[in-house]
Amino acid sequence: MIVDSYRFLPRSFRPFYEGKGSFPGEETPVWAPFEKRLQASRIALLSSAGLYLKASQRSFDLVREQDNPEWGDPSWRSIPAGVAAADIAVAHLHINDEDVLADPEIAMPAHLLDQLAAEGVIGSATADHLSVMGYQDRSLQAWREQTLPDLVAKLRDQQADGLILAPV
Amino acid sequence: MLARWIEAAGIPTVIVTMMPAVAEERRAPRIVGVEFPFGHPFGMPGDKAMQRRVLELALSVLAGASAFGTRVDLDIEWPVPLRDAYKAWQPKEASPIVKKLLATLGRA
Repeated sequence: MIVDSYRFLPRSFRPFYEGKGSFPGEETPVWAPFEKRLQASRIALLSSAGLYLKASQRSFDLVREQDNPEWGDPSWRSIPAGVAAADIAVAHLHINDEDVLADPEIAMPAHLLDQLAAEGVIGSATADHLSVMGYQDRSLQAWREQTLPDLVAKLRDQQADGLILAPV
Repeated sequence: MLARWIEAAGIPTVIVTMMPAVAEERRAPRIVGVEFPFGHPFGMPGDKAMQRRVLELALSVLAGASAFGTRVDLDIEWPVPLRDAYKAWQPKEASPIVKKLLATLGRA
């Protein structure tokens, strides 16, 4: 079964995504071999749903995006794996956030990953997962220059053996 | 692109995406495709069995893919009629860029 990548996309948006090819300079394969057994590996999650902690973190900046529609907040948030759904907020202007708020696991399945660790399917999950807001300036310059080094440092610091990214 | 850059930094990645054809074009290293509405990469809210199938497939592709560009699509049909699901995922208010595009089209 082959997934239809455009099934849920308004038809007029399709040309913005289809047939665009790779970003300039990003044609060549990149490959980091996964060398351990899953049972001995530590796994991290990254969501682009704009998740943040209601009580202690700032929202992604949606006000500036309203003023400048081509801009998206390039910052990131660290989300503790054990956080309760009720403590998570969503800052993303491009999706209906009701389902993610009702069950953040559909964007960042942190509790399920912990359960798989408890069952021995994986070795462990990282203590913190990563949250970004996926709507970005087309150049992705801010992500690359400011956010990426932080994300990589955080993953290394937590000794993550692999990362599951889920754009929304 | 984050997947490529993080992979290039030495950390293996897999991307779970509603648009696997686009992830292939953008040259992501490992891809899991799901035919779900936007905002729902791991499936239906509250449906632990569906979420588990997605996560387990992502883990097996992450750990087991033997070559760059590996793509595996998950054979689960979204359990909501297309017309309803198509409407449901979209924001109640159009995003700023969509508003801007619509305004541009309106002036044309």
